[in-house]
Amino acid sequence: MKREEIISKINEFLGEEFEVELDDINVDANLMETLELDSLDLVDLVVIIEKNFGFKVDAKDFVNIKTFQNFYDYVVEKLENPQKKSEDSE
Amino acid sequence: MRRVVVTGIGIHSCIGNSVDEVRDSLFNGKSGIVFDQERKDVGFRSALTGKVELPSLKGRLSRRERVGLAEEGIYAYVATEQAFEQAKISKDFLEDNEVGILYGNDSSAKAVIESTDTMREKKDSMLLGSGAIFQAMNSTITMNLATIFKLKGINFTISAACASGSHSIGMGYFLIKHGFQDMILVGGGQEVNYYAMASFDGLSAFSTKEDEPTKASKPFDANRDGLVPSGGAASLVIESLESAQKRGATILAEVIGYGFSSNGSHISVPNVEGPKTSLKRSLEDAGIVPSDVDYINAHATSTPVGDMNEAQAIDAVFGDCKPLISSTKSMTGHECWMAGASEAVYSIIMMRDSFVAPNINFSSPCKEAEALNITAKTVETNLDTIVSNSFGFGGTNSTIVLRKFNDRRN
Repeated sequence: MKREEIISKINEFLGEEFEVELDDINVDANLMETLELDSLDLVDLVVIIEKNFGFKVDAKDFVNIKTFQNFYDYVVEKLENPQKKSEDSE
Repeated sequence: MRRVVVTGIGIHSCIGNSVDEVRDSLFNGKSGIVFDQERKDVGFRSALTGKVELPSLKGRLSRRERVGLAEEGIYAYVATEQAFEQAKISKDFLEDNEVGILYGNDSSAKAVIESTDTMREKKDSMLLGSGAIFQAMNSTITMNLATIFKLKGINFTISAACASGSHSIGMGYFLIKHGFQDMILVGGGQEVNYYAMASFDGLSAFSTKEDEPTKASKPFDANRDGLVPSGGAASLVIESLESAQKRGATILAEVIGYGFSSNGSHISVPNVEGPKTSLKRSLEDAGIVPSDVDYINAHATSTPVGDMNEAQAIDAVFGDCKPLISSTKSMTGHECWMAGASEAVYSIIMMRDSFVAPNINFSSPCKEAEALNITAKTVETNLDTIVSNSFGFGGTNSTIVLRKFNDRRN
């Protein structure tokens, strides 16, 4: 899957699940604030990622994800290098 | 002691999704029972069930408010929205006043089973999602509604099998009567999905008259062969008379009595003495005598033993008074955890519009019911005082007495 396709898929499920307009998603905006996520919502984000991309996010990885850009990069990296562990989980 | 009145009712059931729809079904003797092929496919003995529409709350509640709501919670939300609207209770009122919630519920089987399936498949608890725990607990309705409506008074679930909804009214009434709360949302919710009913079906308690679903539930009839499961939710806003008058609320009915008892015998087979005690206690609490009662909304579920014993209990308490009697379960099926609350709502609708809903499918009374004044037809008559019975597994019994409101009474 190409990077653009991955980003498009992420935006689609974030918009659907967390009920935000795709126009409100700015790559440099804060992910948690834009989607109004609390700690419970992060659990659901883990579920959604697993459903859409088939890998399980380590909750600790969210520490390094601030912006949408960070989130896209994280998912793309995980899909391209599924064996690589994040710094915090090593 | 303070007087306790009902100022709002809401109902979502197999005979209608609003008070007006339900009123028409009750008046016309319309059944909400259907044949559900899916139940047959998964191995049910009886595929009969009440058919209840599952509303979508998208756009009505935020995502966070929705994810914790199991099926019965969704029904309870829409019924409560109706009840608060009728009682003219706004968000601002709930923000500024202490309103409690006591709601009857005794299962959330679908949520539990689906979480278990996910655990077995994924082997990872994080993949259950954030709503799983809030949907799966027995207190799912009270925890969700208390959060959504920002309730600040008493807050817990009453689990008393098929008397849950009735006990919630009784306990709310006691708390207000004795001055501990001014206003409480009471009610009962019941999931309708087949997961919730499989083990009940396994007891051979359900009617197998699948050829004519609307004729299967036959309370007090000699040819009855079991109950039909059903569900939904019913909500009532009850408050002190002072609170209602201060708000200028329209009073729909007064709760004047609550009786309760425990059979102290078999876990599933009811007896006569327990219901008799509950009935007598409710009348004593209300300060009335049997001849004051115009109508009894019977618990009668259409099971052979249950109806027989309730008929004997009613006959023993009411003797020659012969109030009109019907079981609305003939139309709704057995709404289980919700039934005591929904039947109080049905009774208040009948009181408001001066009629007794028919005990449909009643053509040949069983021997014990011959002594009772059971009506198979709608009867248009003034109803001043109504008694509503609810009994449940484990021998729990509850009786509520409702009366038309009259300001000059004490």
